[in-house]
Amino acid sequence: MTDRKPVYLMTPALAWLTAFMVVPCLLILALAFFRRGIYGGIVYEFTLSNIALVFDPLYARIFLKSAGIAGLAATIAVVIGYAAAYAIASMPRKRQPILLFFAVLPFWSNYLVRTYAWIVLLNREGLIVSLARAVGFEGELPQMLYTETAVVIGLVYNYLPFVILACYAPLSRLNPEIHEASRDLGASEWTTFRRVTLPMTVPGIATGFVFVFVLSIGNFVTPALLGGGQFQMIGNLIYDQFLTANDWPFGAALSMFLIAIMMGLLTLQTFASEKASGQQRAEVCDD
Amino acid sequence: MTNRGSLRLMLLILSATFAFLYIPISVLFALSFNASGLPTAWTGFSTHWYAELMANSDIIGAALNTLIVAVVSTLSATLLGTLLAIGVEIRRRKGRLLETVIFAPMIIPDIVLAIALLSFFSMLDFRMGLHTIIISHTVFNLAFVCAVVRARLKSFDWSIVEASTDLGATTPVTLRRVILPVLTPAVVAGALLAFTLSIDEFIIAYFTAGSGRDSITLPMQIFSMIRFGVTPEINALAVLVMTLSVVALAISQRLNRGRLPGQ
Repeated sequence: MTDRKPVYLMTPALAWLTAFMVVPCLLILALAFFRRGIYGGIVYEFTLSNIALVFDPLYARIFLKSAGIAGLAATIAVVIGYAAAYAIASMPRKRQPILLFFAVLPFWSNYLVRTYAWIVLLNREGLIVSLARAVGFEGELPQMLYTETAVVIGLVYNYLPFVILACYAPLSRLNPEIHEASRDLGASEWTTFRRVTLPMTVPGIATGFVFVFVLSIGNFVTPALLGGGQFQMIGNLIYDQFLTANDWPFGAALSMFLIAIMMGLLTLQTFASEKASGQQRAEVCDD
Repeated sequence: MTNRGSLRLMLLILSATFAFLYIPISVLFALSFNASGLPTAWTGFSTHWYAELMANSDIIGAALNTLIVAVVSTLSATLLGTLLAIGVEIRRRKGRLLETVIFAPMIIPDIVLAIALLSFFSMLDFRMGLHTIIISHTVFNLAFVCAVVRARLKSFDWSIVEASTDLGATTPVTLRRVILPVLTPAVVAGALLAFTLSIDEFIIAYFTAGSGRDSITLPMQIFSMIRFGVTPEINALAVLVMTLSVVALAISQRLNRGRLPGQ
């Protein structure tokens, strides 16, 4: 087929994406530079004040706080996820697909429901408190629900399956002979892991980390439900600008920053992956 | 990983991970059958909360809305996404901009797409309701369908298309008689994935539903139930919603030759 024909196959979908994604996103970009009217609404007058407001210490703190929570959740998810993926990859080949399937399955059930499950567990009259009482614990238990810890747990829980998937991919492609070679040359199990396995699986780690970080920093469901409105994250802040504070231009400016952070990280991740694969190639050539 | 010690460590890690992943879900499951409906004490097996659920007209209404949105957006996304996938894969020249536009719906944060669509619809004075949710869900659904179908097309033998053309078939005929039959499992898998995503999607629906009560979807209903007073019915609802998406995904996964979406 010639290069011309497929165009009309793509037209309907591309028209749809243009009308309902590209244009709305450009609209948001434009909105960030307009002024908010006194009673909400938008005044079509160019201003940089929304952008400046993002850097206001009050809001900059929320950005940093969100980044901190997202970073913590991503780190914990990567540590657990990598360990789990490593364990799956070390099981007999025949068993790996089914283990992976069950590791990823929760990811495809409803996000709200999975978050709600933690309310049931962490609640004041929840399961964990009941269990502690049942084994005879009398003292006052610390508040667990509606804390930062609860938010981090919720984020790790929800995104862990994806990290396992991302880390498993490069781990399962590792050539076992390289591992054996390292051992034969006298490296310990730990050295082999640190010097051989880990560097070769950096792309999976980077993908997992960036994914959890990006989804966490813009998350608004988990802080709303498990944080109980105790603190705000960027997602909640954007939500408020649109649905309660009625300051759309500022909400738009916040979204632009979110997108900028996301794109920056995705670029870094691509860079990390390319560097890792380039390094591997270089090392093979050296031998 | 030949020695026993490290095997034991691996099994320990696996058990701990699976316990972490499945205990919260299992607790909900058990709780939905607990007569008292409370996590504090087991007072006997009962399907009472499921019966209660079926009698709740708000929930039934929300479930119907969800079904309408999911079915319509899945059908439109499957059509658009499949054609897009075929078009992109036939083209020899791959543009970076094109790839970005196709991948964007999958990676753009939900909240950003949600507010972008809300601003877009309200600036055009577009009345919002179920139809705007359907339009919005089609955006990300078509991207996922496209990704699943493209994955299948990567291993597609294009020479049979050439053979078909050489034998005088027009492009539509080739599409219908040669390409689509081979693609059907991937298209169905993509459709089921889209269906699952749409059923579970909350944020974009929440922002594009408008203010009326009649365009509330199930996730929106669940969100307000969790936020404003938890009733034991929600455990039963949670189990049903979870089961539905897991079943749809399991079928999708089988059709997609044992590969999970995203894998």
